[in-house]
Amino acid sequence: MSGSGVVTVYGNGAITEAKNSTFSVKVGLAQMLRGGVIMDVVNAAQARIAEEAGACAVMALERVPADIRAQGGVARMSDPGLIKEIKQAVTIPVMAKARIGHFVEAQILESIGIDYIDESEVLTLADEDNHINKHNFRVPFVCGCRNLGEALRRIREGAAMIRTKGEAGTGNIVEAVRHVRSVMGAIRVLRNMDDDEVFTFAKKIAAPYDLVMQTKQLGRLPVVQFAAGGVATPADAALMMQLGCDGVFVGSGVFKSGDPAARARAIVQAVTHYSDPDILAEVSCGLGEAMVGLNLNDQKVERYAMRSE
Amino acid sequence: MAVGVLALQGSFNEHIAALRRLGVKGTEIRKAEQLETINALIIPGGESTTMAKLAEYHNLFPALREFVKMGKPVWGTCAGLIFLADKAVGQKEGGQELVGGLDCLVHRNFFGSQIQSFEADLLVPELVATEGGPASFRGVFIRAPAILEAGTGVEVLADYSVPSRKPTVQPVEEDKEEFLIRYVLYFVSVASTNNFTLMQLYVLNGYWYFTYQRRHSCSFCSNSGKINSEEKVIVAVKQGNLLATAFHPELTADTRWHSYFMKMVNKGEQPFLLMREMFLTMNHQGLISQYFNSSLFLFFFSVYSFCCLERSFMSSEA
Repeated sequence: MSGSGVVTVYGNGAITEAKNSTFSVKVGLAQMLRGGVIMDVVNAAQARIAEEAGACAVMALERVPADIRAQGGVARMSDPGLIKEIKQAVTIPVMAKARIGHFVEAQILESIGIDYIDESEVLTLADEDNHINKHNFRVPFVCGCRNLGEALRRIREGAAMIRTKGEAGTGNIVEAVRHVRSVMGAIRVLRNMDDDEVFTFAKKIAAPYDLVMQTKQLGRLPVVQFAAGGVATPADAALMMQLGCDGVFVGSGVFKSGDPAARARAIVQAVTHYSDPDILAEVSCGLGEAMVGLNLNDQKVERYAMRSE
Repeated sequence: MAVGVLALQGSFNEHIAALRRLGVKGTEIRKAEQLETINALIIPGGESTTMAKLAEYHNLFPALREFVKMGKPVWGTCAGLIFLADKAVGQKEGGQELVGGLDCLVHRNFFGSQIQSFEADLLVPELVATEGGPASFRGVFIRAPAILEAGTGVEVLADYSVPSRKPTVQPVEEDKEEFLIRYVLYFVSVASTNNFTLMQLYVLNGYWYFTYQRRHSCSFCSNSGKINSEEKVIVAVKQGNLLATAFHPELTADTRWHSYFMKMVNKGEQPFLLMREMFLTMNHQGLISQYFNSSLFLFFFSVYSFCCLERSFMSSEA
């Protein structure tokens, strides 16, 4: 099975089922999003632009991460009215962010029929110790991670999709690369490991043994893994795909740039044809100004990725 | 024979893995010229709007239509079903381009948002007749479409009864209270005659919501219920060399649909088997025993030889 690039969770039974919505149905939607781009949007007009460009889903927000950084303060779940408005404007799946540990925000999002919830470190933490128990929901969740242990802990909590955290709202890909390399590297180490060593490895990365073993057998995370946090150009998106991600989240990168429609379309094409440099060159031409980037060596830049583990 | 999987977006890896389990190598197809190297195509699940956009960017639609028109086997799952349908409703503003070829009306995202996604055991007599195995197939429906109407040439392979507990939502304009009262009365009367109980009636944001539930009933009642038959939607069809499913066989370990499709592919290679299959199907439906006579046979034979001629003509042209 290793190297097939396929998520197989069906019938493995490692994860308990809750309220008629089986884990495989939750993972199934993420599998349908593979090879696609999920874009942050703040209103119905932007959602329409994203849909027209070929986004496979949109993330409904009040402020994109770059604005959250600039304005500071407490970032919360968006107004459900706004999310509903965006939901009515498009036919593709709509995601929304809830604060880490804030299960009531998640309940509200579930009740308005959102397709996926992002329990996100970009919003201010609601609970510094605990994440939401995602098994209690019928709606699937996506969670951020910086390394394999964090990813498997989130999956044990019920996350049906994983995104590497990167550093949202910076337009700087360096952290995203670090996190993807960390996850992929650990999986490569795990695959070559003797079965007897997996117990200690699981202890070391603080992850449940059964999920570690499943990851070893599959040769990949047992759910779909997207990249996020800092993708600003088609080349960034293709880099994430070549490093082994299943798709890409683009936050501020699209709608903080000079020509959002053209950039959105280019990133979508770059993700599909990620291994074809000719097409990548073609779509990268004439996109106008990219979003302003932040240098992460600057001590004043807050690290969102460090907010949870 | 080479089988291609349209790899623009979605679950193409899963399809290729399922084919590999059958010992068939699937090729990823991203460009129009790659279509010329394959004899059969699978259009996977995914976001149909996204896939349509990507196909449009690289001008894939004319090549895909040509592929379908040449009679090569094509199988669409979920988004692929929408691609193959002649008509689709529930699309994004401005609609989306379709490949067409399958004489069906498809409702995109029929069951609702992700919360309404589900798994169900489907009865698949045709599949079992060819492939054997258990009588039902575990269908995984993810924001799935459904076929509302199928043309006469379309063979229905599976259908699904929409659970009657699904709440119905009826928008009612505020100044039409009279209509509303009449509607509620009508609904209650229909519900009571069909063994349904009105559970709740409430207003939210100017919309009236009804929830109803099927009463516990004896086997006689459930068999005679009229609503039951009306709520069925078609979820798997076959028309000629086109196969389409609203669910995702690529997400389950059961490879019977893939092997069924591979039989269609192999049949395309051997026209005589196709003819045999046609007679077998007719026999199965009791047509031959009832209506078999020499003139009918002559008619079919002439149709068949015409098909063969056309096939050889087309292949020589290509």
